[in-house]
Amino acid sequence: MDTNQYLEMFLDESREHLQSCNQYLLELENNPDDLTIVNEIFRAAHTLKGMSATMGYTDIADLTHVMENVLDAIRNAKLQVTAEMLDVVFEAVSDLEEMVQDIEAGGTGKKDVTALVQQLTRIESGESIISRSEVAATSIVEKSEATTLHYDEFETTVITQSFDQGYHVFEVHVTLREDCLLKAARVFMVFEILENSGDIIKSVPSVEKLEEEAFDQEFTVVMITNEETEELQSKIMKVSEVDSVHVTEISKQSLEDGKRHQEEEIARPTIETKQPSTVAKQNEKKRPNQTPATNRTIRVNIERLDVLMNLFEELVIDRGRLQSISTELHHPELTETVERITRVSGDLQNIILNMRMIPVETVFNRFPTMVRQLARELNKKVKLEIIGAETELDRTVIDEIGDPLVHLIRNALDHGIESPEERVANGKPEEGIVKLSAYHSGNNVFIELEDDGAGVNRERVLAKAVTNGIITEEDAATLSDKQVAELILASGFSTAEKVSDVSGRGVGLDVVRNTIESLGGHITIESTEGQGSLFQVQLPLTLSIISVMLVELDNEVYAIPLSSIIETAIIHQSDVMNAHSQRVIDFRGNIIPLLDLKEVFELTEEQAVDEDYQSVVIIRKGDKLAALKVDSFIGQQEIVLKGLGNYLTNVFAISGATILGDGKVALIVDCNALIK
Amino acid sequence: MTEIAQQELTKVIIFELMDKEYAIEIDVVQGIERVMSITRVPKTPSYVKGVINLRGVVTPTIDLRERFLLEPKEMDDRTRIIIVSLEDYDVGLIVDGANDVIDLPLSAIEPQPQVVGSVASEFISGVAKVEERLFVLLELTKVLEPIKRAEVT
Repeated sequence: MDTNQYLEMFLDESREHLQSCNQYLLELENNPDDLTIVNEIFRAAHTLKGMSATMGYTDIADLTHVMENVLDAIRNAKLQVTAEMLDVVFEAVSDLEEMVQDIEAGGTGKKDVTALVQQLTRIESGESIISRSEVAATSIVEKSEATTLHYDEFETTVITQSFDQGYHVFEVHVTLREDCLLKAARVFMVFEILENSGDIIKSVPSVEKLEEEAFDQEFTVVMITNEETEELQSKIMKVSEVDSVHVTEISKQSLEDGKRHQEEEIARPTIETKQPSTVAKQNEKKRPNQTPATNRTIRVNIERLDVLMNLFEELVIDRGRLQSISTELHHPELTETVERITRVSGDLQNIILNMRMIPVETVFNRFPTMVRQLARELNKKVKLEIIGAETELDRTVIDEIGDPLVHLIRNALDHGIESPEERVANGKPEEGIVKLSAYHSGNNVFIELEDDGAGVNRERVLAKAVTNGIITEEDAATLSDKQVAELILASGFSTAEKVSDVSGRGVGLDVVRNTIESLGGHITIESTEGQGSLFQVQLPLTLSIISVMLVELDNEVYAIPLSSIIETAIIHQSDVMNAHSQRVIDFRGNIIPLLDLKEVFELTEEQAVDEDYQSVVIIRKGDKLAALKVDSFIGQQEIVLKGLGNYLTNVFAISGATILGDGKVALIVDCNALIK
Repeated sequence: MTEIAQQELTKVIIFELMDKEYAIEIDVVQGIERVMSITRVPKTPSYVKGVINLRGVVTPTIDLRERFLLEPKEMDDRTRIIIVSLEDYDVGLIVDGANDVIDLPLSAIEPQPQVVGSVASEFISGVAKVEERLFVLLELTKVLEPIKRAEVT
């Protein structure tokens, strides 16, 4: 079978399942007795196994299979969760991740996992005292309509809980016609109907057997639903080649009877007691009174959304034209129509922008595992708290923000959090806390990383900064604590020398700052020595639409991103001073260079005549400031960012362009390039 | 027979530059536009006239006269911008006029002679003579070779 067309879907879903494996494993570590978590992991692993087997990635399927066996043993209380065991499972998941990545990179997804498989098999068998009761080779289909199925403890719990929440529990007994050719397909159709109506908790024979068509004409499914008997029955009867459907409701009474029955018969070895592949779902608590939300989302290629966005921008530009035409014409009907279009397209804009928003969770998700591993490597005890993972960000920002955050978190663990002994000696709890939070504020998203570690050591940072020539000794004394802390973001701060000895922080953090600033964001640090540090990253909600100040230069419009602007000012000619052939101005006590944008851009040949009053924009890059002289201010506006294309690359101090309401192109000034 | 006949022809767009006729193959041409507002891009070579808003896409345009080091000319009613679409980028070419599409027999194309006007010969892939008209075929990849960083600063 040609599986290429499904590859992307497979990769996406595999990543998702592995992610949830990781997440639930971490949860399980904290609540080793919570069987519902095991079930979640089991489900993810099971789906992954099925998918990879279908796609022909046998190594993935094999590894997931043994992992699943271990999980199953845990689920059936044959194994006790231990840290060592979880280590192996974590390792398996990370191996699986590698294999999936390999496939993504065009590889075959093969990897030698025999050692791991052996370990898992040993865990599964070595520690289990009772051998697992395997399913009988030939499936026994129970025919009677009474509750003759047997439920294990877990299933009983689920069923009882469902009763408490007012759900019905049905045993759906389906008989296919004798001449049914595609039994597995019919089973699939029946399952699909049932899954849309509720949750399936058990089937006899097992799902696998059903898929392999290892049954005669009948099978029984146990499901939890809030639908009625007749509804279910008629729905299933719509599947062709179904001979009959019997839906029996299980009552509390019958369940207990069955249980007794089971206990009585426990001595009889022929009874099928376990269904290793029971597809159990435990989500009822989360979404009561609703049918499960299956297929409520679709995956859309981001490129298509980009196309949509482009088309929409054209619409916005034309809308602007229509608006100006209608104000000129004063035609009431036209005005009304244009107003309506404006309103509708405004709503449309929100929808399109929202479609591109995804929760920052997708980035945050990988951190718990990373922190766990890192803490183990460093022999530190660290607890990671994540707050606001549901905060949404534009896809373009999400793609970029992962690496800087990884860097910051590594840094916090490596240099921020002290070793357990040190912490105890300093009167702190043994376990360090790293708090990662995200929230919206205005048109920005803030991501904060807070730790209760050692903080920035002022003396050491200053010494280092002076040695590396970032600041002079005279400056050193005048800096505030905040300024000192932010020195660790300066380029050239960290060099080959081992920095952890010096600052307690600061391995290549300038890279982080550059990335964040290239996204139009800022990073600031607050730190109290001995108490911890707070890194605050401020990012625009989206990269495709930014706020700018439009200015005029030689009758042309240029846009300066607001994120770089501190303020605008009108200065008098007499305020301009000369220092080393560089014009400077005094801005609130700081002497900052004054750049004439027209000169920088070589827009005019003629020598500019200095007027009495000049409009300047004060911009900043990190903590450096500069004033840009412009002809005049036009105003603040939200613009749609566009590239200059591949033909014009590396244009000096221009980061892109935008299309204004009148259809003309305006260039966006790259302030970072103007300040050295 | 028809197949062979088709193979022997190539559709080209003919444009004018300094009273000479040039040809580019039609497959790379996305459209021919009238002159529109061009936004200058600072610190680029002089033949880069700037960028235009081509239905929502910011497209760079270059002045072919200046690119070929011919004497510049004010834009007028006949001036056209030919939008060519290459693998990596779209670029607009400013030409004196463009109003012809012809089927050029491949057999009419000859390698460039030693001297053809004043256009640098590296920009020319060949010449074609059809019914007393002489067309210069452009080597677009050379003409549009992306600007090197050194040229910008």
